[in-house]
Amino acid sequence: MKKDITKAGKAQLARTQKPSLDFGSAWEYAPSPESTDHVKLQAQYGLFIGGKWKAPKSKKYFATISPSTEQKLAEVADAGAADVDDAVKAARSAYDTYWKKMPGKERAKYIFRIARALQEKAREFAIVETMDGGKPIKESRDLDVPLAAAHFFYHGGWADKLDLAFHGRKVRPLGVAGQIIPWNFPLLMAAWKIAPALAGGNTVVLKPAETTPLSSLMLAQIIEEAELPPGVVNIVTGAGQTGAALASHKDVNKVAFTGSTEIGKLIQRNLAGSGKKLTLELGGKAANIVFADASIDQAVEGIINGIYFNQGHVCCAGSRLLVEESVHDLVVKKLRDRLSTLRVGDPLDKNTDVGAINSREQWERINELVAAGEAEGGERYTAPCKLPSKGFFIAPTFFTGVSMSSRIAREEIFGPVLSIMTFRTAEEAIEKANNTMYGLSAGVWTDKGAKIFWMAQRLKAGVIWGNTFNKFDPSSPFGGYKESGFGREGGRQGLSAYVEVL
Amino acid sequence: MVKKATQDRAYITSIGTVAAGRVSVNKAYKMYVGGAFVRSESGRYFQVEASAIAGSADPEVVNIPLGSRKDGRDAVLVAKNAHEPWAARTAYNRGQILYRLAEVLESRRSELTSSLTRAGSTAAEALSEVSASIDRAVYYAGFCDKISSLVASHNPVSGPHFGFTMPESMGVVAIVAPEEPALLGLVSTILPVIASGNTAVVIASRRDPRTAVVFCECLATSDLPGGVVNVLTGDASEIAPHLAKHREVNAIDTWSADDALRTLLEREGSGSVKRVRSHDGRACAALRDEDGQGLGFIEKFLEFKTVWHPVGI
Repeated sequence: MKKDITKAGKAQLARTQKPSLDFGSAWEYAPSPESTDHVKLQAQYGLFIGGKWKAPKSKKYFATISPSTEQKLAEVADAGAADVDDAVKAARSAYDTYWKKMPGKERAKYIFRIARALQEKAREFAIVETMDGGKPIKESRDLDVPLAAAHFFYHGGWADKLDLAFHGRKVRPLGVAGQIIPWNFPLLMAAWKIAPALAGGNTVVLKPAETTPLSSLMLAQIIEEAELPPGVVNIVTGAGQTGAALASHKDVNKVAFTGSTEIGKLIQRNLAGSGKKLTLELGGKAANIVFADASIDQAVEGIINGIYFNQGHVCCAGSRLLVEESVHDLVVKKLRDRLSTLRVGDPLDKNTDVGAINSREQWERINELVAAGEAEGGERYTAPCKLPSKGFFIAPTFFTGVSMSSRIAREEIFGPVLSIMTFRTAEEAIEKANNTMYGLSAGVWTDKGAKIFWMAQRLKAGVIWGNTFNKFDPSSPFGGYKESGFGREGGRQGLSAYVEVL
Repeated sequence: MVKKATQDRAYITSIGTVAAGRVSVNKAYKMYVGGAFVRSESGRYFQVEASAIAGSADPEVVNIPLGSRKDGRDAVLVAKNAHEPWAARTAYNRGQILYRLAEVLESRRSELTSSLTRAGSTAAEALSEVSASIDRAVYYAGFCDKISSLVASHNPVSGPHFGFTMPESMGVVAIVAPEEPALLGLVSTILPVIASGNTAVVIASRRDPRTAVVFCECLATSDLPGGVVNVLTGDASEIAPHLAKHREVNAIDTWSADDALRTLLEREGSGSVKRVRSHDGRACAALRDEDGQGLGFIEKFLEFKTVWHPVGI
C-alpha cells in the first residue's frame, strides 16, 4: 500500500533522535489488529470430565482476564479435591474399560483427529491464546498453534509403533497421567503433555494454569468433537490447590509437571515413596554465549529472539548473555539499536513483537527483579517505547556490568530482561555458563564449527542451540539437566516418560 | 551385624590358643575411596562373622569400617572430581578398562568364591555367582561404545536445521547396593553406571562387606582411575540420606532399603531435583538371571542433550 511520504517524513522529524537502525521509517505502521469477531467464547466454562461438561462440585468459579486489556474474558470452574477425584475416576474407568485394550493403530487415529481439528481451528486458537495469555499474535499464529498440532500429529504416529521404539523391548502404558502445565505456552504445553500420554496408551487428567485456561478448554471441545472415548482426556481448571490435589491423588500413576523449580521440588518431595512415575520440566537461566568470531548481526537477532520472544516467559530463554570481551561494546551498541525497533503493545496487532506480561503478579515480580538489578549495581537500559495505558507491559530491558552473584544473573526472571556479562576464554565461558543450578538450554554463537561442538560437549544443558535459539520440534527431545528437571518431551526419548519398558 | 558384648565372648575363647605351624597374616578390610583403601574417618567399625570353613586360615570375625556421613562426603568429592576426566575418555577406552576388570575378576576367582562362601553361600552358589559376575563385566565392557549408537538420534525437525540428541553421563551416582547377591549385585549395579561415564559412590552390602572389599581390590588393579568407583561399608540408613541430600550427587540408585529409608531418600533427593531410582527385593533377586543386565540399566543414568544448528550456505 502506498503511503503519504510527506506525512511519514514529518513523523520522522518529530522524533527527537534519528534511530540508528532504520527499518523503513518512511512508512508508519498502522494498527493491524487481528479481528476477534468470529471467536466464540462462552461466558462460563465447566469442567470436562468423563466426556461431559460439568459444573464444579466446589460451586466456585474464577475469572480469566486478558492481560493486555485487563478485561474479563470468561469465567472458569475452580475444581476442588472432589472434582479432581471425579476426573481421576473417569480417567481410570476409561483406561480400564477401553483405552488400554484398544490397539495402537486405533488410538493413533483419535490423536490424528485432534491434530487435524487444531489445524482447522488454528486461527481461532491463535486469537484466544493471545487474548488470554498476552503473547503476540504472530507468535501464537506461527509457533504455538502449528507446533501444538504437529505434536499431536507426531505422536499419533508413535501409537502403533511403540514396540519399535525401545529396540524390540515390549512396553506397556502407565495408567492415569496427572498433568500440570504453565501459562507461558498454554496450548503447546497441553499438546506436549496429552499427545505422548495418549500415544503411550494412558488416559489423562490435565490442569491448565489459572491465568490461561481457555485454550485447554477449547482443546477439550475438540476432543469432544473428535469423539474420543469419554474419560480418556479430562480437563480440570483451577489454581495451585487443584494441581496439588491432582499430583497427590492416590490413583494417579504418573505425574508430569511443567513450571517453576520451586513447585517441582515440592511435587517431587510429596511423591516420595508413592511409586508414581514423575517427569519435571522446570526453570532455566540459559547462557547465550557470543564469541568474537560470530556473525555479530546474526547473533544479535538470536539474542533478541532468545530473551524477548514471548516477553521472556520462556523457561529456556537466553536470559544470561555471555559476550567475549573484545566484542562486548559492539554487541551492546547493536542490541540498543535493535531494541528501539521492537514494537511493544497490543498482542493482537500483527506487527507487535513484544506483547503483554501474563499477569499482574508476574509483572510485579519482574519489576522487583529489575529493581534488584539496579540496586546491585547493574547498568540498566530499557527500550524507549510508549507502553499502553492499560494492561501489564514491560519494555524490553537489558543490564550491563552484571556480576555473576547478582540476583538477575542467578534467578529466573521469566520476563523481557537480559543480563549481560563477559568472558575472555572458552573455558571461562563454560565455567560461567555452567555456574547455575539450572541446566535447561544454552546458545553458542561462533563461525567455527569445531568450537560449537567443543562447547556443546561441555555445556551442562539439555538443549544446545548453535547459531540459533528457541527452536522446537516434536521430533526433538526437550528437557533439562540438574534442577531444570528430568525426563524429555519430544522424540523417541520423550516416549519413555509415558510407558514402562518391560 | 554388630555383635553384642555377650556374643563376643565366644571368640575370646580362642585367645591363647597357639597356632599349629605358620602364623597367617590377616587382612585388614578397608573402604575404597579415590583409588585408595581407607578406614572410616570416624574410627568406628563393625564386625562380620564368617561361617567357619574347614581348613581355612581366615579369622572367624573381621573388623569392617563403619562409614560415616563425612566418609560419604569425602567420597562424593573424589567421585565428582573423577567424573569429568572419566566421561571425557573415549567409550572404547572405558570398555578396555572394564574388560581388564573382567580379566582380574577371573584371576581372583578363588578368592571371590571363598569370600562368598564365608558369608554363607554354598560352594556351588558362590562359583556360579562369580562366573556370572565375570561374564557380566565382559557384557558391559563391550557395551561402552554401543550406548550412543542405540539411544542417540538424528531428529528430523521440520525446518532448515540439523539436530541430534546424544546421551551423556549424569555425573555422580550414589548406589545403595543390594544386600545380596553381594558380588553380582555390585557388578550389576556399578558397571552399567560407569560404562557411560558416570562415577559412583556405593554403600556395600552390610551382610557381606568383605566380598565388596575383595571386589574393590579387583577394581584397584584394573587400570580404573581412582575415584570412578568408591565403595563405603557401613549402614545405608546412616550414610545414604546424606548422599541423597548432597548437591553434587546427581542420581541415587536404591537397591536395598526398607520402605521408610526408600521414601526418605526420595524425599531428600527432591531438594536438588535428583534422579532417584528405587528397586525392591524382587529386583535384587532378578539380578541373578539374564534380566539382570541390559540397556535399561545404563539408560536410567543418562541425560539426553539435544543440539541444533542451522543448515545453509
